[in-house]
Amino acid sequence: MTSKLGASPLLRRVLIGTGVGLSVLLLLTPLLLIFIAAFSAGIGGVISNLRDADMLHAIGLTLLVAGLTVPINLVFGTLIAWCVTRFTFPGRRLLLTLIDIPFAVSPVVAGLLYLLLYGSNGPFATWLDAADVQLMFAWPGLVMVTVFVSCPFVVKELVPLMSTLGTEQEEAAVLLGASGWQVFWHITFPNIRWALLYGVILTNARAVGEFGAVSVVSGTIRGQTNTLPLHIELLQQDYNATGAFIAAALLTLMAIATLVVKAILQWRLQRDH
Amino acid sequence: MRKLILVAGLLASSLSVASAKELLNSSYDISRELFAEINPLFVAHWQAKTGETLTINQSHGGSSRQAQAIIQGLRADVVTFNQSSDIDVLHQRGNLLPANWRERLPNNASPYYSTMAFLVRKGNPKNIQDWADLTQGDVSLVFPNPKTSGNARYTYLAAYGAAKQRLGDDAARNWMVDFLRRVVVFDTGGRGATTSFIERQLGDVLITFESEVNNIIAQYPDLELQRVVPATNVLAEFPVAWVDRNVTRNGTAEQAKAYLEFLYTAEAQQLLANFFYRVHHPEVIAANADKFPQTNLFTVEQVFGDWEKVHTDHFANNAELDKLLAEGRRSR
Repeated sequence: MTSKLGASPLLRRVLIGTGVGLSVLLLLTPLLLIFIAAFSAGIGGVISNLRDADMLHAIGLTLLVAGLTVPINLVFGTLIAWCVTRFTFPGRRLLLTLIDIPFAVSPVVAGLLYLLLYGSNGPFATWLDAADVQLMFAWPGLVMVTVFVSCPFVVKELVPLMSTLGTEQEEAAVLLGASGWQVFWHITFPNIRWALLYGVILTNARAVGEFGAVSVVSGTIRGQTNTLPLHIELLQQDYNATGAFIAAALLTLMAIATLVVKAILQWRLQRDH
Repeated sequence: MRKLILVAGLLASSLSVASAKELLNSSYDISRELFAEINPLFVAHWQAKTGETLTINQSHGGSSRQAQAIIQGLRADVVTFNQSSDIDVLHQRGNLLPANWRERLPNNASPYYSTMAFLVRKGNPKNIQDWADLTQGDVSLVFPNPKTSGNARYTYLAAYGAAKQRLGDDAARNWMVDFLRRVVVFDTGGRGATTSFIERQLGDVLITFESEVNNIIAQYPDLELQRVVPATNVLAEFPVAWVDRNVTRNGTAEQAKAYLEFLYTAEAQQLLANFFYRVHHPEVIAANADKFPQTNLFTVEQVFGDWEKVHTDHFANNAELDKLLAEGRRSR
């Protein structure tokens, strides 16, 4: 059957044409429309919207959240992957399953869980109050939920790779007298660095674009706890469609940049193996 | 590295801001433009009076959702809502302010009010003048879902109250079945309903607050939409309060109280009138008389009892609203 399918040039063209056509219609056109709508008020409109203090703050806050989330999950993810692939201990499989929880639950649920735990009615409320620490409805809360929803990415990239790499090289290094830190730095890290970077990029993409969980714990205070995805919704509700599309275009640009870096890395990863 | 510097900068700036006096106003979702103009006025007023520089931050959302966030720890100093029951919740579930918050400021702690109005398409082709016209011929309606939107709860109560006066209780009930049957789509909030009416071109009449109707007309001048204010109508209060527990903690009790009292001054009331909210200040009323058609306003309490009763009688599951909707579906 397959050889017959491939043999008919007409059918092949129709199939490829349909595939390309659908991709253009479903993926490319909406993307283009975002940029067309963003520039509908001209360059001047784009500049004045971008210079708006709330917009600038939303961009800065989004970068802050991503900038804190990525290193936290980088360290956390590497540690977990190291534990799981280099040691056998009871509960190892359970740990691997637990890591998937942030992907399995809806982000809104994640946000609500954090609100219940760290909000005014939560078990830590009196302690947080006494110390005058505001976690929810402030930037620390945004970082906390973003770390939660994006924590599996690095682990998920590292675990399969580190399992296939095996432990022979590291064992050899230990036998030759290398310290734990030297083993990681000179043996493990060079082997996993591309996968690590790939995990970082996915984490970053998720951190920048997260809406659901952040929306629950943000309180949407303009100029204080409003990230770029939340700002898009607010601008839309203000009847400022152009502003909303400009913010959306910015997020899209970040996503495209991420995709380009990801493609380059994927190519390098394949070449290295 | 550059990211790190940026992070450090942001942290530093957020810390330095925290040391200056700040007020957080938690408000309903369509009041942004309004407070964007009122806040600078008050900041200037406060600066002239005390020499202190204030920053006023805004948070906007559905007012029930906003109340929920405050109960869970959002440190809003003042609330400016469109449903008094949402302020009562702050007392009942969080004890964040006293039960008698209505008595702390004039006019039931409601510095401005509004009523419901119809937005009709160019030239008013279906000739809509009053509630009774909404059930003539094939007229179709758009307003949000009364279950999720305070705005729509007022629409429902205004329509029902006016029908009771016009037709008596039994006939009013039948009229309500017909009225609700004509709603093309129940969006979850006011702005969603506006999108359905404007962008999706659904329905002949959009029903929302008078202030919002005027706002929409101004936003879409090309469509030449028209406003119709029915003669018998509901009084929709916009209650305000300072949140005692938060102002004590933030040390902003004085500022929060002054901010809300400022809403009653002629200066602020004129601004409110510019946004087509009805106000109490006699001079401002006289100066803006032509903006607001004379209407016969009833309060929700007069016709339906207090809000808790209104909720159990009308908006709870399987209460009057659900029954009316079910009857409408059966008769179709």
